[in-house]
Amino acid sequence: MALAQLKIDTTEARLADVDLPQGAAWGNAARADALARVRLMALPTKRDEYWKYTDPTSLTAVDAPEAALFASDEAPLFDAVDRVKIVFVDGVFDADASDDLEATGLEIERLSDAMATDIHWAKDIYGVLEAHGQKPVARPLAALNTALATDGVVIRVTGKATKPVNFIYLHNDTTSDAILHNVVKVEAGAEMTLLETGPAAARFSKLLEVEVAEGGKFNHVRAQGRDHERRAVTHCFARIAADSVFKSFTLTFNGVLTRNECVLELVGDDAVAHVAGVCVGDGKDFHHDDTVFITHDALNGESRQVFKKVLRNGATGVFQGKILVKEGAQKTDGYQISQSLLLDDDSQFLAKPELEIYADDVACSHGSTSGAIDETALFYLRSRGVPHDEARNLLTLSFLAEALEEIEDETLAEDLRDRLEGWLARHR
Amino acid sequence: MTALDTVEVKEGVDQETVDAVKELSGNYKYGWNTEIEMEYAPKGVNPDIVRLISSKNKEPEWMTEWRLSAFTRWEKMDEPTWAMVNYPDIDFQDIYYYARPKSMEEKPKSLDDVDPKLLATYEKLGIPLKEQMILAGVEGAEDAPAEGRKVAVDAVFDSVSVGTTFQKELEKAGVIFCSISEAIEKHPELVKKYLGTVVPPSDNFYATLNSAVFSDGSFVYIPPGVRCPMELSTYFRINAENTGQFERTLIIADKGSYVSYLEGCTAPKRDTAQLHAAVVEIIVEEDAEVKYSTVQNWYPGDEDGKGGIYNFVTKRADCRGDRSKVMWTQVETGSAVTWKYPSCILRGDDSQGEFYSIAIANNMQQADTGTKMIHLGKNTKSRIVSKGISAGKAQNTYRGLVSMHPKATKSRNYTQCDSLLIGDKCGAHTVPYIEVKNNSSRVEHEATTSKVDDDQLFYCRSRGMDEEEAVALVVNGFCKEVLQALPMEFAMEAQALVAISLEGSVG
Repeated sequence: MALAQLKIDTTEARLADVDLPQGAAWGNAARADALARVRLMALPTKRDEYWKYTDPTSLTAVDAPEAALFASDEAPLFDAVDRVKIVFVDGVFDADASDDLEATGLEIERLSDAMATDIHWAKDIYGVLEAHGQKPVARPLAALNTALATDGVVIRVTGKATKPVNFIYLHNDTTSDAILHNVVKVEAGAEMTLLETGPAAARFSKLLEVEVAEGGKFNHVRAQGRDHERRAVTHCFARIAADSVFKSFTLTFNGVLTRNECVLELVGDDAVAHVAGVCVGDGKDFHHDDTVFITHDALNGESRQVFKKVLRNGATGVFQGKILVKEGAQKTDGYQISQSLLLDDDSQFLAKPELEIYADDVACSHGSTSGAIDETALFYLRSRGVPHDEARNLLTLSFLAEALEEIEDETLAEDLRDRLEGWLARHR
Repeated sequence: MTALDTVEVKEGVDQETVDAVKELSGNYKYGWNTEIEMEYAPKGVNPDIVRLISSKNKEPEWMTEWRLSAFTRWEKMDEPTWAMVNYPDIDFQDIYYYARPKSMEEKPKSLDDVDPKLLATYEKLGIPLKEQMILAGVEGAEDAPAEGRKVAVDAVFDSVSVGTTFQKELEKAGVIFCSISEAIEKHPELVKKYLGTVVPPSDNFYATLNSAVFSDGSFVYIPPGVRCPMELSTYFRINAENTGQFERTLIIADKGSYVSYLEGCTAPKRDTAQLHAAVVEIIVEEDAEVKYSTVQNWYPGDEDGKGGIYNFVTKRADCRGDRSKVMWTQVETGSAVTWKYPSCILRGDDSQGEFYSIAIANNMQQADTGTKMIHLGKNTKSRIVSKGISAGKAQNTYRGLVSMHPKATKSRNYTQCDSLLIGDKCGAHTVPYIEVKNNSSRVEHEATTSKVDDDQLFYCRSRGMDEEEAVALVVNGFCKEVLQALPMEFAMEAQALVAISLEGSVG
């Protein structure tokens, strides 16, 4: 079908004044290919089925909409954790604020350095996983990121990393428009934990490509900052080999618009992939969208999607999840749950939990629920002397527990739980 | 004019049909073809064809205009491509839009005037003899005690209704049950008031096409407070080659009334695919209740996917009044491609919608079916139970929408869709849309996908069943919740159909 004129116009307007960053031949080719993909697919409009519940207009506009800076009185997240800090300010790497890019078991380089190197391992991943993830559903904003990314980091994990790497995204400019692209390669048997924190920019496009080799393990914990006017579209593309593990958890507080897409493919037998998320939103200008696509293409794979949303004062939560089990991917165990707690009558939850299954010996299930706080439980707690607000927060936290349990590291989980309690205390 | 408004028919499709189904050896039983002289409109669709259909039905001017405006819209529409079905492009100009037995040209006054071939066709399809006695106008047959429950039948053959039974008895209760062409002629005020108010002519590609070219269908009006004295039924038969069937059903249940409506359909085996694009509109007023059951057994095509019916149907019920209730039950075993989403608009406060579905796809069949529950009124309830079974190389998709509008407070939805896979070459998919816009409503959705349990099979086999029998038993157990929702005669037929549709899928 021919592309609608509106899509073509939106795309050409966005691409009118862009210059592709230059580097080694492979990098230039990857960017040019990605740009061609963008033109072929065209940028999304709200008439696209995949954007049925989220309006992409502000993400595809030429200029980033303004976002006021948000002063937080809280200590930075994960402050107590021994980690390698890599700081980006409005999407630009800040060497002074960052730690040395050295850690046991890790090779870390800035994206621009890697892409200036003629022969580099990142060649097999940069834009490759993203291009592969364009089928069966087009993700033009991801291709746009590959073409235009101005900064980022590439990490090769060769052993068991002794400490996590933390990407810290600071926001200092009310009109910043940041495009970051990170690449992680976990070698066979290697392990790492990646933390991401902070609001990043007024408009933030971030793409993460992860290749996990046999027996490898990739752990990802992310907190998208408390910035009320931020807009973000993030993508994660991962290829997960035999016996390897991929786990990702995201906590989102507010933000005008957030779309987190996670596209995982289990290509080796006995692979495990878990994606979880908690989002809490307050106010009409809060819109949060989790879009997940997990493909099982090997035997005995396990995948879990656990997403919980707490919404109030007209906030909107979206979940689009899919499990695709390809022919021959027998013994797949796929689980998906999306739940929302609507704290008042103005908020809404829109979900599309999909299954597409071409193998018969599988156990796949999905569940989705939406509703208010259980009055009976509330009444019980109050009858036991727990004040109303506290009882409500307790029930809210217990509703979120299943998703929070997906975080393996208890220190990190505790840190995030504290933040949640703080948020709930502030938003009564 | 096509309907046999002067003749009456007794009995329905029950026992004989059940026996007929039981006798089945495994192949599509209804694949035979009636050799009958047909009268066709020229192939293709254009305003002249639309006018021709309208004039064949002796319609008033407003109806012709209604059709033409739908046609103008249709020309600007694109065929939907979002469903998970693949089929070759349909050449909409290579189809006959109107076909009727030549003998129906003049309205038959009695059975003597009805072509015996037509009667034989329905006899072969399992419509009992007694019914034909009445069709023949035998005095007193109407008062003869019917075996089991009475079912009034409207029989639709290609583009025309050949006869409606029990009309007189229904009339006594005030129920109007006739072909839609007859309704347009005799009850224009009702048709004008309700037609297109649930499925507007601009609704979707196939519904719009149907609005332009529908040739016949059934019309039901149940007056206030009346509990329809018998089940109503329409039996659709496609016979002519290269012909599309476009029927339109309009059911109106006025305040406090009740009706149970059954629909059955078959078609001959042919190598070329045939199009069936129907529209069903149901209006449910205050305190009224409608049960609509379908056993869809169109020709599914052969094992290589050759031939079969493309079943693109728009069905929708509008629960307008408070405390109104509608229940859709469907057993979808036939058709090469199914594209069908019987929906409920729960407009009245405390209204209820239910959807029970079994969709079985075997060989190369593709089914994309489900429902929409649109909650607009307060305290509305809906329940969806969908069982999808795939075997052979078939693809089976559940696609549904549950929408809770901001004003639909304290509403409730429960959805369960289970898929069963038999064999490793088929697919089962679930695509639910859930939209919740208030917090006092509860929405729950559950879906599972699994295969036939080996332990259960082993148990059945250890009791002496052969493998196919065992699979049929397990599958029937899997479908039980839906089968129980069907009227009794249908349930038996459906149960047998479930077994037959899966024959050859094991081993």
